[in-house]
Amino acid sequence: MIKNMQSTTNNNDFSLAHREQKVDHYSGESLSFIQLVFRNFARNKVALVSVLVIILIALTAFLGPQLSHFNPNTPDPQNSNLTPGQNGHWFGTDNLGRDIFTRVAAGTGISLEVAFVAMIIDLIIGTTYGLISGYFGGKVDIIMQRVTEVLSTIPMIIIVTLLVLVMKPGLMSIITAMMLVGWINMSRIVRAQVLKIKNEEYILAAKTMGMPNSKIIFSEVLPNAMGQIVTTFMFSIPNAIFLEAFLAFIGLGVPAPLSSLGTMINDGYTQAIVFPHMVIFPVLFLALIMLGFNIIADAIRDAIEES
Amino acid sequence: MKKYILKRILIAIATLFLITFILFLMEKAMPGSPFNDEKMTHEQVQALYAKYGLDKPVLVQFWNYIKNMMMGDFGVSYSLQVNTPVTQIIAQHFPVSLTIGLLATVVGAICGFVMGIVAALKHNTMIDSLMTGISVLGVSLPNFVVALILSIIFSFQLYLLPAVYSADRPFISIILPIIALSTFTMASAERYARSEMIEIMHSDYIRLADSKGISRRQLVLKHVVRNTLISVITVLAPLMIDLIAGSMVVEKAFAIPGLGTTYISAIQANDYNVVLGITFFYAILFIGIMLFVDILYGIIDPRVRLDKG
Repeated sequence: MIKNMQSTTNNNDFSLAHREQKVDHYSGESLSFIQLVFRNFARNKVALVSVLVIILIALTAFLGPQLSHFNPNTPDPQNSNLTPGQNGHWFGTDNLGRDIFTRVAAGTGISLEVAFVAMIIDLIIGTTYGLISGYFGGKVDIIMQRVTEVLSTIPMIIIVTLLVLVMKPGLMSIITAMMLVGWINMSRIVRAQVLKIKNEEYILAAKTMGMPNSKIIFSEVLPNAMGQIVTTFMFSIPNAIFLEAFLAFIGLGVPAPLSSLGTMINDGYTQAIVFPHMVIFPVLFLALIMLGFNIIADAIRDAIEES
Repeated sequence: MKKYILKRILIAIATLFLITFILFLMEKAMPGSPFNDEKMTHEQVQALYAKYGLDKPVLVQFWNYIKNMMMGDFGVSYSLQVNTPVTQIIAQHFPVSLTIGLLATVVGAICGFVMGIVAALKHNTMIDSLMTGISVLGVSLPNFVVALILSIIFSFQLYLLPAVYSADRPFISIILPIIALSTFTMASAERYARSEMIEIMHSDYIRLADSKGISRRQLVLKHVVRNTLISVITVLAPLMIDLIAGSMVVEKAFAIPGLGTTYISAIQANDYNVVLGITFFYAILFIGIMLFVDILYGIIDPRVRLDKG
């Protein structure tokens, strides 16, 4: 011990330590895990900018329609194909004369809604499923794992398209599809975490002390799996937004006249050369949302890994 | 090993069976009856039901449905190409999609892999940040946005490549779609290869190889890159599956007459038989790829068999 400590202060391995020689003290303020994660996250400048961008976009989505007196869904043939800035239309109008700014704001709102629903589904279904499957193990686990194995082989697009055929195209079919299979990835990750954690000594200790299963799960297992859960959680947001935009682009999104970024890009696509503003703004917003959430998710993962 | 392969195959069959059952239920749930001519009497309708086996118990009908599918009979198209068998439609449109999909996978995987290795070798330098930046962009931008940007730059500004597919010039017109389709694969492969390689470079066996004094070139090529390659191959399957969704978008964006565009127009035209047929085809494709990779993974990495089997 003494030798090791000394070697950090002077490079001579073989001299004896003097009593008054000070040993290095490695001490800093003690931080909880969450504080550490926050500190690491705050060091990442790109991530902080992304948070700011996402907040601004969210504000635009919720306040935008109030700021402008135009209705996103009412056509106005006399003012069609206006370029940005004309007649008070900040982003111009589309070929039916609808205000692009309010439409982009409303479409962004839909993207964020889908993201929010995906988060809730991940959190409630995915986490619970993974916790139960991993914690109880045995037959319960085997059955639950077979179910997810079969479900996860059915691709998301197939489920959504089939749902669209039965239900009407729109948010409901996307949300239903996410409820059916959107949580599988999360449940797998939670299960793997639980399997790792449940053999730790502190769980054994809690069991020995007679702690009920539900309490062990919520106060011992869950907090320790939090890092992975939050990371997965964050990555499910851009995935859900992408799914909605993808479906809207191929014509299975929210029905007209409602606007979603994907539908707007689809509508503006053919006229991108003549009226670039019709497609630039939705593309810009979609790209910023996707980039922002991806960068934040990356940063959170890195921050958790470092802590 | 045998037990593991058997298990994967059983799961694949179960999934396929489930999908077929869902498709069958969908067929039943479709609005409208095939015989809604008002002039027919009740008896005539009953006779028609009997003729097509629709009066039998549901399970018997399901069995007939499977039998028809096994024979490759998915019915005919109602509205897209009236009375053309669905199998013929698939055979007609699939080759283009397959070419673009495979080329995009190859291009994306190779580019991504090389970028990932370069980024890992130059860890924490400008090059690393640049590669990471590109991959974040690639993961974030949806295919259709990439397609739009590409066609604006290369078709409408530089006039180099066509923005719309034409069957007369197939080679030139699939360049942009391939790039647009491969960005996501490239970005994901880059991320994965980079993190995997950094992890491998810090592992004990690399430290051992390094300490026994082999050259850095040999160390990287023989030990690090090889092991990275193995793990990257395993993520290619899910990426290929994502490509199928991507291909719908990219085919639509560049007006390519592939399976994806056909699928989309069939959905929009409510051409049920075509939708169900292509869905089944996609399902087989998905399940086949997954099965192949699961088995491949089991061969490459024996721990998988022990873990999950």
